[in-house]
Order: sequence, then C-alpha cells, then structure tokens
Amino acid sequence: MLIRKPADISSSEITSKADYLNRRTFITGVAAAGAAALAAERIKHWTDTGSARAAEKLQTVKSPLSLKGETPTSFEDITHYNNFYEFGTDKGDPARNAGAMHTRPWTVQVTGQVKQKKTFDIDTLMKLKPMEERIYRFRCVEAWSMVIPWDGYPLSEFIKQCDPLPKAKYVQFLSLADQKQMPELHQSGISFPYSEGLRMDEAMHPLTLLTFGLYGETLPNQDGAPVRVIVPWKYGFKSAKSIVRVHFTDRQPDTTWNMMASNEYGFYSNVNPNVDHPRWSQKTERRIGAPLFKQRQPTLMFNGYGDQVASLYKGMDLRKYF
Amino acid sequence: MSNRLVIVLKVLVHLACLAPFLILTWKTGHDLTHPGAVALLGPDPTAALSHGTGFAALRILIISLAITPVRRLSKHLGWLIRFRRMLGLYAFFYACVHLLVYLKLYANFDWPTLVDDLSRRRYIIAGFSAWLLLLPLALTSTKWSIRKLGKRWQVLHRLVYVAAILAIIHYWWIVKTGVLDPVKITITLVVILLARPVWSLIDAKRRQRRMAEV
Repeated sequence: MLIRKPADISSSEITSKADYLNRRTFITGVAAAGAAALAAERIKHWTDTGSARAAEKLQTVKSPLSLKGETPTSFEDITHYNNFYEFGTDKGDPARNAGAMHTRPWTVQVTGQVKQKKTFDIDTLMKLKPMEERIYRFRCVEAWSMVIPWDGYPLSEFIKQCDPLPKAKYVQFLSLADQKQMPELHQSGISFPYSEGLRMDEAMHPLTLLTFGLYGETLPNQDGAPVRVIVPWKYGFKSAKSIVRVHFTDRQPDTTWNMMASNEYGFYSNVNPNVDHPRWSQKTERRIGAPLFKQRQPTLMFNGYGDQVASLYKGMDLRKYF
Repeated sequence: MSNRLVIVLKVLVHLACLAPFLILTWKTGHDLTHPGAVALLGPDPTAALSHGTGFAALRILIISLAITPVRRLSKHLGWLIRFRRMLGLYAFFYACVHLLVYLKLYANFDWPTLVDDLSRRRYIIAGFSAWLLLLPLALTSTKWSIRKLGKRWQVLHRLVYVAAILAIIHYWWIVKTGVLDPVKITITLVVILLARPVWSLIDAKRRQRRMAEV
C-alpha cells in the first residue's frame, strides 16, 4: 500500500489561497448553476412543442384587420396552454401528447349540399390563396384570453371553391378523431369527432379565418394542425381544430359542446360579457401570460369585434340565442 | 409506536403539508420580482394559485378523513389519531388561502361581484359553505374545547363530512361538463364514507358470533 507523504502532493493540487478564501462564492456559484440547470429544463419543457412535423415558415402579408396596440401572447404560452380534449383535459396535455398526430398526408373532405363532393389535399389547400397574418383576440369560454398572430386566408375564399348550393345555410366542421393518434380520446366524457358549425353568413364574414399557422409558422399540432378555423368574436371552442371534413347543410348542425350541455354552450356562443355562463361570470377574463395582478381585464362585447359583426345578429335576442 | 417516532413523523407531516404553500409562495415571489422571466406559476398564475390551494385543501381534508377508518384496520394503528387534528387544521388553512385567492384575484374585493357570486353561482355557494362549516371545527379544535363540549364535540365535528362532500361538489361544478378530473378524489371520499358503516357492520357481526359462541 502506498502511503502518500506530504511531499507527494504537488503544489498544483493545493487549493490556492484565493480559491480557498472564495470557497463560499464557489458554493454559491454551484448552487446558481444548479438553479440555472433547473430553469433550462423548464424552458426546454415550454419550448418543446412535441410536434411530429417540423414547423415550416409561411409567406404572409400583414392585414388591416389585425389588432393594434396589444402585445401578442408568447409563442410558448400559445402552444403550452391548450384545450384539445382529444389529447387530454389538462392544459398541458395537448403539448405533451399531440406529437403523435400525423398531419401528412392530410385531406379535407367537402360534403353535403354542394354542387359536387370534393377532397382537398392540405398542400393544395395551403396554396389556394395568399396567406395573411391576422392578430386577433382569443377568448375562451372558461374566461381566459390571449392575443394570437394567426396565419391563413378568409374562410370565404375556401367556401367559394366548395360551390355550396343556395339551400346550404350552415357549415359544419368535423375534426380528426383517431384513437391510434389520440390515446386520450375516450378519457373524457365527450363524444368525438369534435363537431362545430357556423351560420353561412358568419362563415363568409371577412374576419373568419381558415388558419394554417401562427407566428409565421405552420400550426403546432396542439393548436389544431394542419388546418383549423378561427372565429375571433366567438368563444374559442367554436373554432374547430385539425379539420378533416367540411359539411354544408340547411339545418343547424349538432355541435359537440351544445350537445353536451345546451344550457351552457349555445350554438352561437358569441363572446358576450352580459350573458353569464350558467356557472360563472363572463364579465371579465384572465389574460394568459400577464403578471398576476394584471391578469384580470374586462371582456368586450363580441370580443371587441362588435363594429364588424354586430349587424349579423340584428334583431336577435342574444340572451336567447347565446 | 414510540413517542419519539411520532414526533419525527409529525415533523415530516408538517413539512409535507407546508410544501405546497411554500412552493406557491416562492413561485409567486419569484414571478412578481422577475417580470419578463419565465413565469414559474405558468401561463395562468391566477388559476395556478386557486387550483394549487384548492387541491391542497381538498386532498389534506380527504386524508384527514381517512384516518379513522384506516385506524380500524389494525389495533397497531391507533397512534394515527395523533395526526388527525393537524391535518384538519392544514386543510382549513389551505381553504382560507384558497378563499383569499378568490377574494383578491377573482372578485378583487368588489362587493357587488361578491354578492352576485354568492347569490347565484352554485360552485361558489358550495365552496363557501364548505369553508363556513370548517370554520367552527377549526375554532373548536383545542383540547379545552374538546373537554368543554364533551359529547357535543363529536356531533359538531361530524360536519367535516358535509364539508368534504360540499368541497367535492364545488369541484364538479367548476369543471366543464364531460371533464372527469374529479372522479378519482370522489371515489376516494365515497370509499372513506362507506368504510364507517361497513366497519360497524363487521363489528356487529363479530359481536353476534361471539354471543352465539357463549
């Protein structure tokens, strides 16, 4: 056994006096590095979109219909605070689980009262019209809100390509429902495929956007890739995600939340601070990503789009048709 | 179970019960002092605080209710009773913080909003009633009260079951129809509530058998 004598310890191994005196700083430094590593882990979690397909840049032009003077919600929050119950009911579930959804190949079927049934390939659909960036408010029925820079073109442009018959008064959107890609599909008490719908004049309104991206890139899966609609004056659940079929009909279509609880979720579901959800108030909302004491803010009639859309509902009792 | 071990366990239980509060307080402090940094409370801090405190209150309350039936599993578990009061008080503590979060971040201490909520919103009525029922229980949790109230103390403290049921109803009424998140904790409470009559039945059977043997 070799027993080292003091002389064996080379001077380079000896902690310098300066380092010895700075040992507390060193320990603080190590602790800080540990904290930084934890923070990095957290940031990685927030930026990991879990998307199976890499995001692609989109060519867009700015739109005069965009919101002015409001800061968009961060990309991280828009992509990690989602309701997409096919992937689980926790707000973080879609970001965790939606990566399993394949968005290519993808087609959108056009059925119902149209001159001729059609099927659009997603890549054809994306090139149908030039895309615009539309910065819109997004208000969830659960009383939280965001500001989101969406990318897409007016839904009306797509509907024109579908050649609906004059008797078609409503348009229904059906989302993907595939147990293989959506393992949480039957974990909630909701029946899928998710169905939403609009009256034809709402669908044709220039604000209604057929949406393919956000922040200038193709949609992350959890935000409804590869194609969804955005109806900015309605509660978020009206804006169907990951659409596989567009169906034209003369009757008001059955829509998922309306079928679940018609007293809580009306077919119209226009944002309206004066009509409460039966269980909670809709007067105010919590802005996502805002500091704690600045989150709460008043909800605006038609989510602030009243000037453009109030005429659609002229003469209607909005308490009855909520 | 030695006294010493119970004391060690008590320290651990205190730490476990305080952990959610300390973590939420630390996160809130961090986020308020570091605007612009990644928010530790997440994208919806209001919801993070109300859900965090609500879950803590509900879970600790349910655990405190489990003590009595669990004790009856074995005569060696009698010492568990020494944890019941502290768990109950922690549940009440979180219920208070939960209520404060609502008062500030949801109602902003606005009187008309409070009156409106308390008169019309059933989930708020259920939640507030649960808190209201826990209040006298917390106030009469001292040894002195137990002595003073005697038999009536036990009757009074059965209110905790009503409070727990109201808290579960409060939870169901705030989630959207079709969201089944409250299922697990509801089943847990049902099992705990059923344990009482089931144990009594088993005891009665045993007594009968003993009588028959004699």
